[in-house]
Amino acid sequence: MTTYFVRRLLQSLIVLLGVSFVVFFILHLTGDPALVLLPPDASPEDVRRFREAMGFNDPFFVQYGRFLGGALRGDFGQSIRHGESAFHLVAERMPATFELAGAALLLALVLSIPAGIISAVRRNTALDYFSTVVALLGQSMPTFWLGIMLILLFSVQFHLLPSSGRGTLEHLILPAVTLGLFTTARITRLTRSGMLEVLGQDYIRTARAKGVSNPPVVWKHALKNAAIPIVTIVGIELGTLLGGSVITETIFAWPGVGRLSVQAIANRDYPVVQAAVFLLATTFVVVNLLVDIIYTYLDPRIRLR
Amino acid sequence: MSVPAAAIALPDTPREDRREWLVFLRRLAARRTALFGMLVVGIVVLTALAAPLVSPFDPIAQDLGDQRLKPPAWRDAGGRLHPLGTDHLGRDLLARVIFGARPALLVGFAAVAISGILGLIAGLVSGYFGGRMDDILMRLADIQLAFPFILLAIAVIGVLGPSLTTIIVVIGVSSWVVYARIVRGAVLSLREREFVQAARALGGGDSRVLFRHVLPNVLTPWLVVATLDMARVIVIESALSFLGLGVQPPDPTWGGMLADGRVYITTAWWLATFPGLAILVTVLGINLFGDGLRDTLDPRLKV
Repeated sequence: MTTYFVRRLLQSLIVLLGVSFVVFFILHLTGDPALVLLPPDASPEDVRRFREAMGFNDPFFVQYGRFLGGALRGDFGQSIRHGESAFHLVAERMPATFELAGAALLLALVLSIPAGIISAVRRNTALDYFSTVVALLGQSMPTFWLGIMLILLFSVQFHLLPSSGRGTLEHLILPAVTLGLFTTARITRLTRSGMLEVLGQDYIRTARAKGVSNPPVVWKHALKNAAIPIVTIVGIELGTLLGGSVITETIFAWPGVGRLSVQAIANRDYPVVQAAVFLLATTFVVVNLLVDIIYTYLDPRIRLR
Repeated sequence: MSVPAAAIALPDTPREDRREWLVFLRRLAARRTALFGMLVVGIVVLTALAAPLVSPFDPIAQDLGDQRLKPPAWRDAGGRLHPLGTDHLGRDLLARVIFGARPALLVGFAAVAISGILGLIAGLVSGYFGGRMDDILMRLADIQLAFPFILLAIAVIGVLGPSLTTIIVVIGVSSWVVYARIVRGAVLSLREREFVQAARALGGGDSRVLFRHVLPNVLTPWLVVATLDMARVIVIESALSFLGLGVQPPDPTWGGMLADGRVYITTAWWLATFPGLAILVTVLGINLFGDGLRDTLDPRLKV
């Protein structure tokens, strides 16, 4: 048990080390980070001095070591545009992104798990077809288009909900629906197929044969086993949601990390981009570590591996 | 009892193969949703290939006179029809939607080819040889998955500068994990199967066993993943174009058209509606086809 946790923790640390290297390497993709950071009209003299000042002339791994040391202390350098610490700029926007991703995930779970269960229990009925078609559409619909269509309908046409900004619950509805639909569709389909598989198992037949009535069979016997893959995908879907927030926040002018990063890329403000990518990836790794720990309680077989 | 030589002769393999294909196609076509998906994808591919022939207008020809922001089915002065209307520069929307299929499909096919091959190699090596290689590759997969995909993609494209090649390479190189995991899983179970053990016992070297016996059997799940992943790649290409980091204007892309449409959302709803529908229909078709492919080839596959 303890060895499993220690191993899992070590793995996460290795992944984070890899993440930090990739984030560092983004700036070195073209071979000359000075040219990436400076405006195109910088004079050769400026470029030379900038390279000197930033330490870009040092050996590659010395530069990485310096970056890693900074990252561990939450120091990604100054934002080129805002002149303040890139880390603080990103950290300030984190709550908004978590609020949006959390709301989207909550919405997805509340809708998809019952929908998936009903779909499986009432297989091949109108309800099942309806939920399957909606899930398929949801999985095929690009987030940004859905967002624009929702704005067109609920903000432009009927003036029911605000199309941008953050503050009240009304502001949260459209972005959360937009961001959450894909995840809702994914989990619905997964819950349905998981439940169908479990409901066909021998122990379910045994339970029914013993005279257990339908609701407890579904909720106690089947769901508990169908829940295992759902828990895993929740962790992975969080990555989808954090990535999707880049687009959703841009559409709804939601003041989170995603929108900040898109603006930072447009402004070539790479310290901010690096801090954002690093912090979102770290969030993903930490959440998945927690999910794995929950997982071992649901499925003790994992611990023995 | 003597058996006529003809009866024990090996069957004519090419014909057997063909029949197997026909049986497979018939089973696939028997699924109405898969057939529908296949038709949709076929139409989109043909339209993209024949774009100059089927498009009513030049997709980048502007008409800044009185042809700006015309609603769908508007007839211009020459009596010609703009079935889906025109955009803010007087360009025909239908022509742009038709030509927009080209970058979408091109990026889809090319990026899937790159990531599919990378993932196939990683999965084969990881599953077959196991050990240290497996540890390293799976850790790399975890690192890859830790990144919010779109954010990493736009950061890299922002540094390299947007172009068709950059998008293809960036999406292709960073999408290998699904393939690697599915292939690895398949190889792990194949490795223990009798026919692979037998091939090895008969003295088959690693490369022979891997390519002759293992590889053909992992292509099925690989193909299903590739099909479904293509749907994802097309959405990502549109998302990148939407953010201005895809194929650059004036060449039409569905995402770029959506970005324009967003600006005119209060006055011209058609601008954002039709390119989005084009993405939805294409992706839906691919998803239906991919689901059908999976259910026909291997219903137990979890992708």
